[in-house]
Amino acid sequence: MYILDKLNEGKCIRFEKRLSVPPVTYLIVPVVSVILVLLLGGLFLALLGYNPVEIYGILLNGAFGNTYNFTETIVHAIPLMLTGLGVSLAFKMGLWNIGAEGQLYFGAFMATGVALFFHDLPTPLMLTLVLTAGFLGGALWGFVPAALKVFIGVNETLTTLLLNYVAILWVDYFIFGPWKDPKGFLPYSKVFPQSAMLPVYPGTRIHAGLILAILAAIILWIIIWKTTWGYEIRLIGENTQVARTAGINIAKNMLLVMIISGGLAGLAGMGEVCGIIGRLQHNISPGYGYTAIIIAWLSRLNPLVILLVAIIFGGLNNGGYALQMVGLPESIVTMLQGAILLFVLGGDILTQYRIKIHRRGCGV
Amino acid sequence: MNELILEMRGITKSFFGVLANDNVNLMVNRGEIHALLGENGAGKTTLMNILTGLYKPDSGEIVISGKKVTFASPRDAIKSGIGMVHQNFRLVDSLTVSENVILGLNDIHRFLNIQEIHEAIGNFSKKYGLNIDPKAEIWQLSVGERQRVEILKMLYRKVGLLILDEPTAVLTPQEVVDLFSSLRNMAQEGKTVIIITHKLNEVMEIADRITVLRGGKSVATMLKKDITRQELARIMVGREIPKVLSRRCVMSEENVLELTGIKALNDRGMEALSGLSVCVRKGEILGIAGVAGNGQKELVEVIAGLRPTLAGSMKINGKNLTNCKPGDIINAGVAIVPEDRVGMGLAQNFNVIENLIVKTYRDSENSRRGFLNWKHLRKNAEKIVKDFDIKTAGVFSPVKLMSGGNQQKLLFARETSKKPSLLVAAYPCRGLDLGATHAVHQILLSQKEQGTGILLISEDLDELLNLADRIAVIYEGKITGIVVPGKASIEQIGLMMCGGGKECIS
Repeated sequence: MYILDKLNEGKCIRFEKRLSVPPVTYLIVPVVSVILVLLLGGLFLALLGYNPVEIYGILLNGAFGNTYNFTETIVHAIPLMLTGLGVSLAFKMGLWNIGAEGQLYFGAFMATGVALFFHDLPTPLMLTLVLTAGFLGGALWGFVPAALKVFIGVNETLTTLLLNYVAILWVDYFIFGPWKDPKGFLPYSKVFPQSAMLPVYPGTRIHAGLILAILAAIILWIIIWKTTWGYEIRLIGENTQVARTAGINIAKNMLLVMIISGGLAGLAGMGEVCGIIGRLQHNISPGYGYTAIIIAWLSRLNPLVILLVAIIFGGLNNGGYALQMVGLPESIVTMLQGAILLFVLGGDILTQYRIKIHRRGCGV
Repeated sequence: MNELILEMRGITKSFFGVLANDNVNLMVNRGEIHALLGENGAGKTTLMNILTGLYKPDSGEIVISGKKVTFASPRDAIKSGIGMVHQNFRLVDSLTVSENVILGLNDIHRFLNIQEIHEAIGNFSKKYGLNIDPKAEIWQLSVGERQRVEILKMLYRKVGLLILDEPTAVLTPQEVVDLFSSLRNMAQEGKTVIIITHKLNEVMEIADRITVLRGGKSVATMLKKDITRQELARIMVGREIPKVLSRRCVMSEENVLELTGIKALNDRGMEALSGLSVCVRKGEILGIAGVAGNGQKELVEVIAGLRPTLAGSMKINGKNLTNCKPGDIINAGVAIVPEDRVGMGLAQNFNVIENLIVKTYRDSENSRRGFLNWKHLRKNAEKIVKDFDIKTAGVFSPVKLMSGGNQQKLLFARETSKKPSLLVAAYPCRGLDLGATHAVHQILLSQKEQGTGILLISEDLDELLNLADRIAVIYEGKITGIVVPGKASIEQIGLMMCGGGKECIS
């Protein structure tokens, strides 16, 4: 309140707390935010000497312009969906898992291990194994910070973030060292056997990870709103004291939620190596795990909305490649993504507060 | 003395279609102590929140010293000389009294001369009889002292009209005496005081004039000397209050709860319970009397399984449950209505249904194979809302929109739904109006008659004398004596809990 008072001091524009939030606000605010982002980005592009309309056209076309571009957008959306779903579950319980990036990498690492060392297995068994390994890899990377929090009280925000770097460097160590393809010069692992590759929709690069993501979203939605376990998760996130008084085992739930949260990100990593690239390499993710945080918040932690928002962000990523062809840095897209979050968070204040403009003086 | 300082005319405010204030009028004279009396949910707090700029009225106008005003924020109200002391204090625990007082002020130099400020605030507090050490940090202060800091904050901002929302709800009898003498002091200095309350005793003791709100409407304004307690009660409630609670003795010799030599620390690591022993029998209400801060909070937490005991044992229905998990204790048949219903009792953003099932969501009728049975939950919640006469915009609306009394009823509805063998209720009527208090007392008595053992913690001696079969007095983490109401004098009990005797209600 003090900050608000400060803001209000002597101004003719004031913030007032809204008592009730009209539901339509939740739709209007993100839409207006995106429009404002486009205007801001346009200004920026114009200053760089580009025609914003033209650039946005290229971006849009690159993302959704034709069937091929659209399928590529979906390809980018798959890891965003899975990581977005993962972090949203942790957020729902009030756990700040910002380690989806590392969980993705570790899932990819484990899946790679299985693909490389059990290369003779029949396809069904192999797929089951890479899936499990991917999930477990991410789950392990989610479990470690959860255990540190539960047993020693270490803040999970820090540990999940720091473990991202550990996972990325861990993967680097293996592809530069023990797992480096002896026949290649670049830091790649050997190519996976065909049995370890996820089925692909013919003619596109859309792999079975999409089905996993959709299933995960539906299951998560059901868990959160229909089951007693989801109720426990929400209650812990809402008021830990009440949950504790009610005899809910908070430690157990923290561990479980972080295992699933990390596991979903691990599946995303598995999808990248077993669905698209076919081997482990440096930079398998352009920061999907971080974008996931933006997606989860924009979707207000609603699993089904996450699928849609992930497609929009997948489009931004994919359209970004088209921008490179006209000589613009791809980081324009990163900038737009960041700006969207900033504007939506800013817009969030407007759902809780309303602005009142006093035209005639500021007196009482 | 008859100069109007405040006029609120035709104030109307509705929330989600429910009229909280319906054409309310309030006139307050300069230099008087004006009581705003009414049951919970009568619209007292809403009206004052409108006056202090927290809410915007749908219609109506506010005139201060003859000038029409509109406030957009409490800051505006303070500028116009109106300040409010809320029930929940807004203080920074780790800062000193002085720092809290000057927090947010703009005309303080960037480089504080803290000595000067301490001195100024010390003098200021003496002037109004609000004795307080300006150098003390807030966490070291008692609740009464914190309230004085809040008042000081307002006076330091040169507020001419001070509003106090249920100021005595958290105070000990002695602190109430001090507060009232400070308030009289302020009135003599020309300050105007509005005191929001539902306690008739207080109104009769402190107020010059009284405005009664009922059901969102202002029903009467009168001078205190023109009215009696009984008349006032009738105007406030709109019906006769049943005078004597019917009580039957159904106590058996069987112990529901047995605490022996319990030792436990408080949050600051100091011993809060030092060898406490007490028993609650089946079908009795055991009252715990004592000044807040003598281990009551820790006692509840120990019973709930939320605070480890260092020594001693706890038996429930003869079963040793010392240092067991909260879940085991709930399963043993213990229900708890905690002191802090907002923080520990209810999840404020959860709806009525979700709050009702906090402890029963695993039960077979509420969920099957891990899936919640929403249809049943909804029907059941609607029935409970009706049975307990809980006022809410619907079972899907978040409880944060409900009044304190209705939240408390919801909490009791939840805790008693499983037919507990032990019910622990900590200050269950704190901050509730007469009607809601009566409802809570009825719930407690009917639970007792069904054979529940009840541990009732209260600071209100009258309440304990009215309800309890035995009263245990707690002092510095120990039970210092157990008396039977009627066999011990009020003075005796009052002395034990360090307060004086009081007039007995009804």
